[in-house]
Amino acid sequence: MIMSNFWSIWISVLTIIVIAGCAFILYKMSKNNTGIDEGESMGHSFDGIEELNNPLPKWWSYMFYITIVFGIVYLVMYPGLGNYKGLFGWTSSNQSVRSIEESKAAVEAAKAENRLSQYDREVAHAEEQYGPIFDAYLATPLEELVKNEEALKVGGRLFLQNCAQCHGSDARGSKGFPNLTDGAWLYGGELADIKTTLMNGRNGMMPPKGGLPIEDSELEGLAEYVVKLSGGEHDAALAAQGQGSFMKGCFACHGMDGTGNKFMGAPNLTDDAWVYGGSRGAIIESIQYGRSGVMPAWKDILGEEKVHVITAYVYSLSNK
Amino acid sequence: MKFSHELIEKNIGLLGIFTVIAISFGGLVQITPLLFQKDTTEPVEGLKPYNALQIEGRDIYVREGCYNCHSQMIRPLRAETERYGHYSVAGESVWDHPFQWGSKRTGPDLARVGGRYSDKWHEVHLIDPRAVVPQSNMPAYPWLAENTLDGKLTRQKMEILSNFHPEHNLYTEEELAGAQKAVEGKTELEALIAYLQSLGHALK
Repeated sequence: MIMSNFWSIWISVLTIIVIAGCAFILYKMSKNNTGIDEGESMGHSFDGIEELNNPLPKWWSYMFYITIVFGIVYLVMYPGLGNYKGLFGWTSSNQSVRSIEESKAAVEAAKAENRLSQYDREVAHAEEQYGPIFDAYLATPLEELVKNEEALKVGGRLFLQNCAQCHGSDARGSKGFPNLTDGAWLYGGELADIKTTLMNGRNGMMPPKGGLPIEDSELEGLAEYVVKLSGGEHDAALAAQGQGSFMKGCFACHGMDGTGNKFMGAPNLTDDAWVYGGSRGAIIESIQYGRSGVMPAWKDILGEEKVHVITAYVYSLSNK
Repeated sequence: MKFSHELIEKNIGLLGIFTVIAISFGGLVQITPLLFQKDTTEPVEGLKPYNALQIEGRDIYVREGCYNCHSQMIRPLRAETERYGHYSVAGESVWDHPFQWGSKRTGPDLARVGGRYSDKWHEVHLIDPRAVVPQSNMPAYPWLAENTLDGKLTRQKMEILSNFHPEHNLYTEEELAGAQKAVEGKTELEALIAYLQSLGHALK
């Protein structure tokens, strides 16, 4: 942070005055200027307790002097006095940046002048250590990476830190957050599909009743038909009625045979995997109010190299 | 009268005045200059003022004491930036009165939580944290889903915020006029989620 000269001088002068003032008062008070000999009475007492003219304890005043010296040495070596940067030119981070671009530019500029902040040095050091590992992972095709035990372990760690909040630490998900171990995929389970999902996120888009002219009275039949599609025990007459409603347009996304469409994230209705529950009640709720599950995009938060490794891990969960 | 120790020691008012002067030096050096620094008073690029719903959500964040367990301050340490993103800078907090930096992390930092989870996740998680994170020790806040906002004070809140920053035109007359309508009938949960989703986008 660069401040105007006025404030720089303000800070420096006040700081020096306070330090000098402390030193002066300490020195002055170490002298006996009461006109009374050391150890003699100051001439007043309360309740039989007399004040004697005792000097400041030596250990205490020496500590005070040491503190002052430490303070001066610190202010010479480190930034503290206004705009003075200190002998080491040390900074903790680039606090005055106003955008990510400025932040990156500040790091580059500091690197060129070899005066990296402590934080940037920490990052550079880590980059040196871990950068090549992740670069090597990123250079490895996913098909190869899924066979790399070490990479899968790294991916597992990253998954626990970033993905477990929704998908669970066992990756089995919960209501509304897909199970990643069951081999059922909304947006496709190929390596490339998974990576696209992780990088850019996904936005579910099932409007209430699919945006179709479906009456509330038809919901029960539709749910029955969905149960039938997934191979459950069902009422044949009611399901047939539901099939009629299904043909009003549900097939556009879920397919004529109900096997879904990974390009729209329309789930396969013929398997027994359910993101929002497979009971008749849950199915009716899904149809009636729609569902729009959101997978956030991780490209900017994690970077492609980490997404690459997590992709391999997620794939490995259902492809042992 | 001779200026001496005795004078100060026997006059408690005078002692008080001198004490205040003595300790004010720290503030004069450390606090006063910050009030005049661009770094601390100017917003970072692309920092949006809270909209009507977000400003209500922020008040709920404060009311429920979220800051007791969640900080909004990512320190420049790699261990933190790896997890949360770019470290926080002063210009990101200029619309916050008071700031929500917090001082303790029982839960994770929230400075850049915006966009990290879906709205639905926040909804499930606020109503019952253990529904999605079994290990969580965060309390449940089910009443947020039941309480609705009337938005009677929303416009005033926005005006107060923009009065703090007369040099920036935070809201258009249109936004102020529509404030109550934008909030009315919404649940506290929706407002809080809108606030959380707005956090930390400027430096991402």
